[in-house]
Amino acid sequence: MLDSGLTHATRWALLPGAGHLLLGRRQRGVHLLAYTVLVLGVLAWRWDRFVHALTSTALDQWVAALFLVASIAGAVWFSVWDVRRLARQAGEPTRGKSPMRIAMRRFRANSLAVASVYVIVLMYLVAILAPLLAPHDPSSIEHVMETRYLAPSWSHLMGTDEFGRDLLSRAIYGARVSLSIGLLAMVVAKLIGTTYGAIAGYFGGWVDNVMMRAVDVVIAFPTFYLMLMLVGVFEANIVVLVLILGLTAWPGTARFIRGEFLSLREQEFIESARSIGLPAPAIILRHLIPSALSPVLVSAAFSVAGMIGAEAGLSFLGLGIRPPTPSWGNMVSAGQDALLVAWWVAFFPGALLATVLIAFSLLADGLRDALDPKALMRRYL
Amino acid sequence: MLLEVRDLAAYFFLDEGVLKAVDGLSFDVEAGETVALVGESGCGKTIVALSLLGVVPSPGRVVGGSVRFDGVDVVRASPAELRRVRGAGIGIVFQEPGAALNPVHTVGRQIADVVQLHRGLTKHEADAEAVRLLGEMEIPEPEKRAKAYPHELSGGMRQRATIAVAVSARPRLLIADEPTTALDVTIQREILDLLGRLQRDFGMSLLIITHDIGVVEEMARRVMVMYAGKLVEVGDAERVFRDPRHPYTRGLLGSVPRLGGGRKTPLVGISGVVPDLLDLPPGCSFLPRCPLGDASCTAVFPPLEPVAGRLCACYKVHDAITT
Amino acid sequence: MPSRPDALLEVRGLRIHFPFGGRWFGRRGWVRAVDGVDLEVRRGEIFGLVGESGSGKTTLGRAVLRLVEPTAGAVRFDGVDILALGGRELRAARRRFQIVFQDPYRSLSPRMQIQSLIAEPLRLHHIVPEDGIETRVLELLGLVGLEPYFMHRYPHEMSGGQRQRVAIARAMAMEPDFLVADEPVSALDVSVQAQILNVLLELQRRVGIAMLFITHDLAVVERIADRVAVMYQGKIVETGDTERVLDHAEHPYTRRLLAAARGVR
Repeated sequence: MLDSGLTHATRWALLPGAGHLLLGRRQRGVHLLAYTVLVLGVLAWRWDRFVHALTSTALDQWVAALFLVASIAGAVWFSVWDVRRLARQAGEPTRGKSPMRIAMRRFRANSLAVASVYVIVLMYLVAILAPLLAPHDPSSIEHVMETRYLAPSWSHLMGTDEFGRDLLSRAIYGARVSLSIGLLAMVVAKLIGTTYGAIAGYFGGWVDNVMMRAVDVVIAFPTFYLMLMLVGVFEANIVVLVLILGLTAWPGTARFIRGEFLSLREQEFIESARSIGLPAPAIILRHLIPSALSPVLVSAAFSVAGMIGAEAGLSFLGLGIRPPTPSWGNMVSAGQDALLVAWWVAFFPGALLATVLIAFSLLADGLRDALDPKALMRRYL
Repeated sequence: MLLEVRDLAAYFFLDEGVLKAVDGLSFDVEAGETVALVGESGCGKTIVALSLLGVVPSPGRVVGGSVRFDGVDVVRASPAELRRVRGAGIGIVFQEPGAALNPVHTVGRQIADVVQLHRGLTKHEADAEAVRLLGEMEIPEPEKRAKAYPHELSGGMRQRATIAVAVSARPRLLIADEPTTALDVTIQREILDLLGRLQRDFGMSLLIITHDIGVVEEMARRVMVMYAGKLVEVGDAERVFRDPRHPYTRGLLGSVPRLGGGRKTPLVGISGVVPDLLDLPPGCSFLPRCPLGDASCTAVFPPLEPVAGRLCACYKVHDAITT
Repeated sequence: MPSRPDALLEVRGLRIHFPFGGRWFGRRGWVRAVDGVDLEVRRGEIFGLVGESGSGKTTLGRAVLRLVEPTAGAVRFDGVDILALGGRELRAARRRFQIVFQDPYRSLSPRMQIQSLIAEPLRLHHIVPEDGIETRVLELLGLVGLEPYFMHRYPHEMSGGQRQRVAIARAMAMEPDFLVADEPVSALDVSVQAQILNVLLELQRRVGIAMLFITHDLAVVERIADRVAVMYQGKIVETGDTERVLDHAEHPYTRRLLAAARGVR
């Protein structure tokens, strides 16, 4: 009977993924199960470190351990919640397919895009769990003369640098820097840019004029020299870099959103919202932003790639994150001098950078294809 | 016989399935006659026009049948033969006035290009001919207009210019796909008059594709009614409209408000919606909306059979006659 | 012109001029979309507004609901000058007059389910309590002839005629006294046009709603309108009972329209 089958699945849902598999939702079930297994595997493998991290005073250790626990709890909670939701919906009449669901389906059909999502998620996971995963201490220097410039081997999968530090561990910690700056700077730029552009685009008229002239002024600043200046004035840590990168990039988004809003504003479904008496903030939030969201999502993905690249470039030039804090950019820079002697010092961080940039580009392409609005309308006759 | 179409089929191969836009159409067009192809949007009539010229856009293509124009089978012709047919054999006018016009070239230049290509005139002669043609289209001050860009002309004038391009190579058959739909009523009248005059003066055949019954009554001697990729009624326009036999034709005529047709009374109309060509059930595609249909209509789409002086594709109509 | 007691909408001397050309501070000229229009729609009547493209009929239709700000003139709805209303008062007044747009493919928000689209005005104006919303949505769907299962669909999953019905249901959710129908059938298939016209006629019969029906099609106007006005280049050139205007047109432009519509035959 259907009922008992559903309660059965709900009970099994305590093991993330199992409930979904019982309900026939293979993809989601496999994903949940795989994720849980992965995380539990890390937990088992690094049990000692995990225990140490829980009680440590260092913030990043503590965050990593907490994330691990929260992750498992989250997977279990989501598994149960989602199975319950699906069970409920089984009894309801068929719902239509929202444009978002259609877009998701198209995205999932794009294997390159899906693969890039896996790569990105994996990289961010590794970055968050760095203290638990890194095989060696990224900054410890001992017996330099014996350990410097060792080629990749089983004990040092990526070799060692000129100070004998394990490059794999540095790369993992470097991921934290590069990936977090990339993501956060994009968020800053998009949040400011979208809000600003939305206001300018919705109200139009003199409001738009004034706001856009201000944007023109900001854009006119030579970004690169501005960054140089700011980096010289402030100490270049993660927060400062995020702010610098974010604050120089928001005008581009603002202009774009403003253009989208100006054209969307004239669309009839917006006029319809006004005609029933919907006030301006509701129109913006409920109707305009969701429609303008698709291109913003695509540009956000591209933007992360840009931010990661920008940070890497700055660090490479010595203007971003400074050694000894590892960032993929400054690691490549350090490896430059030893390129002929020890190619691995520059190669691995460079390869990681290339991988993440390509992944984000493929993700953005996949999003763009999936969100293409022309796919919804079929009018060829 | 100028144009002979037999069992024309054009399908679109999409991710979601096969869309049968045109599914077994057969008809003839004689030299000098005006025929109308009537149907609503989504019935495939535009694809018929594109198939006649061999320009069905991908992911669609002609999958079967033949289109014999002046001895050449367009479906199987070589690119060289096709180039001869297009323009000089068959011309086409589309719905959007000016969509066929290149926005970065002047109107005169576009006409002159066609004339040079198909009639072998020199550039000078072609330019002069372009001006002359624009004048023939009753465009005032044709010398000035020939130097204008499409966006500088009104909708009606753009449509006249498009027609000028289409007839400049003196085609034997002109296809007009919804030529007046996007225009105002007063301009519609003028364009239809123009098409009629051109047809007489040049001795062209005219195939008018439209959903507007009024246009058909104005212009065509014969009419073909199309539904879901197939023809359902074919015959003399006057006879078909005076005494429609196929339930779709009846419903269609009952859906259109006519001046003098009644006040404040509901229109008869047709219930239901136009079918999705991706998902056609076997049997008669009109069945879900048909007041006459029953289980016997579900096996095979009815063939066109002669009934009361025209062809009709409906089992119920045939049965009524033969019982 | 003195106003009749049963006049629901009164328009006096309406002018809507749009500037064009010129840079920030200079103007090259004005487009006179609506150039001095007087109009009256009475309670419960369907008033046809006929014109070709560029006549200003669409702008006029928007302006009587104040979706476009007039340059000059007065618009009174049930005695109230709607041009003088402030933001909140206007939003409250909007309950009583609504609009159905021409293009059903663009007038419904693409990301909202049908039930949300129809419920939006219900919730905004607190017309029914939250637990009564689903029932009311089903009633409104029935009013326009749509099956209940459409509630969970999205606009892109429905045909043009079905979407237009949803648009009508959404407009009727507020129980307005007056509906502007801006070329509501021009973008639809012929067989579907008839359905929608019938829905509108039925609305007038059942609910007694007044309508300003904007169209370019004289045959539609003859079928559906009680009185009609003909518009040309921003001005109304002829007004009157439908039968009188169509059978005994006085203005030469009206005559031209009729001649074009009737054809040579």
